[in-house]
Amino acid sequence: MSLRIVVCVKYVPDATGDRHFAEDLTVDRDDVDGLLSELDEYAVEQALQIADEADEAEITVLTIGPEDAKDALRKALSMGAHKAIHVEDDDLHGTDALGTSLVLAKAVEHAGYDLVICGMASTDGGMGVLPAILAERLGVPQVTLLSEVSVADGKVTGRRDGDTASEQLEAALPAVVSVTDQSGEARYPSFKGIMAAKKKPVESLDLSDLGIEADEVGLDGAWTKVDDAAERPARTAGTIVKDEGEGGKQLAEFLAGQKFI
Amino acid sequence: MAEVLVYVDHVDGAVRKPTLELLTLARRVGDPIAVHLGPGAEEAAKVLGEHGAVKVLAADAPEFGDYLVVPKVDALQAAYEAVSPAAVLVPSSAEGKEIAARLAVRIGSGIITDAVDLEAGDEGPVATQSVFAASFTTKSRVTKGTPVITVKPNSASPEAAPAAGAVEQLAVSFGEQATGTKVVSRTPRESTGRPELTEAAIVVSGGRGVNGAENFPVIEGLADSLGAAVGASRAAVDAGWYPHSSQVGQTGKSVSPQLYIAAGISGAIQHRAGMQTSKTIVAINKDAEAPIFDLVDYGVVGDLFDVVPQLTEEVKTRKG
Ligand SMILES: Cc1cc2nc3c(=O)[nH]c(=O)nc-3n(C[C@H](O)[C@H](O)[C@H](O)COP(=O)(O)OP(=O)(O)OC[C@H]3O[C@@H](n4cnc5c(N)ncnc54)[C@H](O)[C@@H]3O)c2cc1C
Ligand SMILES: Nc1ncnc2c1ncn2[C@@H]1O[C@H](COP(=O)(O)O)[C@@H](O)[C@H]1O
Repeated sequence: MSLRIVVCVKYVPDATGDRHFAEDLTVDRDDVDGLLSELDEYAVEQALQIADEADEAEITVLTIGPEDAKDALRKALSMGAHKAIHVEDDDLHGTDALGTSLVLAKAVEHAGYDLVICGMASTDGGMGVLPAILAERLGVPQVTLLSEVSVADGKVTGRRDGDTASEQLEAALPAVVSVTDQSGEARYPSFKGIMAAKKKPVESLDLSDLGIEADEVGLDGAWTKVDDAAERPARTAGTIVKDEGEGGKQLAEFLAGQKFI
Repeated sequence: MAEVLVYVDHVDGAVRKPTLELLTLARRVGDPIAVHLGPGAEEAAKVLGEHGAVKVLAADAPEFGDYLVVPKVDALQAAYEAVSPAAVLVPSSAEGKEIAARLAVRIGSGIITDAVDLEAGDEGPVATQSVFAASFTTKSRVTKGTPVITVKPNSASPEAAPAAGAVEQLAVSFGEQATGTKVVSRTPRESTGRPELTEAAIVVSGGRGVNGAENFPVIEGLADSLGAAVGASRAAVDAGWYPHSSQVGQTGKSVSPQLYIAAGISGAIQHRAGMQTSKTIVAINKDAEAPIFDLVDYGVVGDLFDVVPQLTEEVKTRKG
């Protein structure tokens, strides 16, 4: 039987761009160039490797996001994923983690899955909680923050490097996995891959397709509210000296002045 | 006064510092009730009581160690149902965030992660967050259900506030999902004898400029002279010069010490994401154009192999 893998990928504002908030205090996704979250490339990569090891596998990449989020899907398809699902709906604007997870869970169920693979965190919101919430909603094991992962005999195993210990984990499929940027460099799409991606199917879904009411998501449906967003004042220009042989001593003088020594 | 649940992060009863900070913040919102899972509750209760815990709800079961995350969610949920708190606060470790998030879904509450400050507000606790690589500061609230908020280390100084802190047993029944993900083996991280990276008052980090694992003792020497933790950039970690557990940045640890010293680090946005909220920032880099200098309170343009050893000697001399 074919192993059905769904990879959740997010389209995010470029971190090296001038990221900011829109007037309604949501992340401004219009003014800044977007791309496939780099941390989700690792998820696509692991999906491709797991698929290679399996007798037969099909990889679906899934995103919730605006029209432009198709770029993220295309990138993942050009890396080698087989098909894509794009959930797009004006009512999704301003959806928070709980809402996003609700939509993702419905879309994953719609796709059908044995394994869901996520990135460790999105590079914009960066909560790093979606995979755990998704597992909770789907009622399947969470095997998250893996720096090493493999699938065999209906089981997923992997290594989770935690704060105080490194753990070897194991769970039966179906399961939700997330992988870290230690899991292995993501491949670059080949020219052939880029051409092939253009012909791969992208299914578009809106909230009604997934049986979700508009008031369950979006800014008004959110479980949290941002009341204020202020640009952090630029750090006041510090003192910069050139080392002419006494740089270490000068630095010590500064640290002593600040009472660190 | 309302009660606030505080999830205790500990190693066999040794309470980690972020939990004590959390107790201090919790007292702004209500009376803290600590939730201690796993062994060592009696020992932990002393410290928790000293820092304001009016009560310690404790549960111990093999499931907490043998399975990932979910048993702890079951227990925190049991505490939530027993107490009906005004808020649930959890330290922002990777595991803490996952526990908090799953609890939030179960109890139909919103969740805020990685708060750096917390105040009482008319409509519930207000959390301050630092976003977009710390270039923005936001204030947010949970608007549905009981606020579940995770708070980053070093967001407050732990204050003593003696309270009863008596241990009460918490009855937990594990759900079907609890045993879904088995922890087959666990290798504790070896202690370096240095302060914990996220908790340290001073962090000294090395980057690609350190140019080899064999040179990292230069960084460690400075760190030890200052009683600091050692950090590394991703470039240094990817090169295999220093363990990933020491990586500072977006995909490593986020630190907010009193003093951050970056040596041989350029200051890429992903690195800044993990250190920009440090109180005082110092950099040593031979490239005067390195973006790290935009952040610094004091910068030395020079070769780290000259500057760092000289600084270390000077610190030692001054400290006597
Ligand atoms: C999704 C994603 C996540 C990432 N997460 C992180 C993260 O968590 N943490 C992180 O750090 N990076 C992260 N990065 C990588 C980041 O973009 C940079 O590549 C990295 O921080 C560079 O490390 P560096 O400053 O040590 O190396 P470089 O950028 O190569 O800088 C080395 C610096 O050392 C200086 N130097 C060299 N020799 C000497 C000398 N003898 N004396 C003094 N100075 C010297 C050079 O002038 C230079 O400025 C991430 C990237 C991506 C895409
Ligand atoms: N809008 C989205 N569409 C698809 N996947 C997402 C979306 N948001 C988050 N994810 C997935 O969840 C992971 C963690 O996201 P977060 O909890 O937002 O940091 C990401 O790496 C993605 O795999």
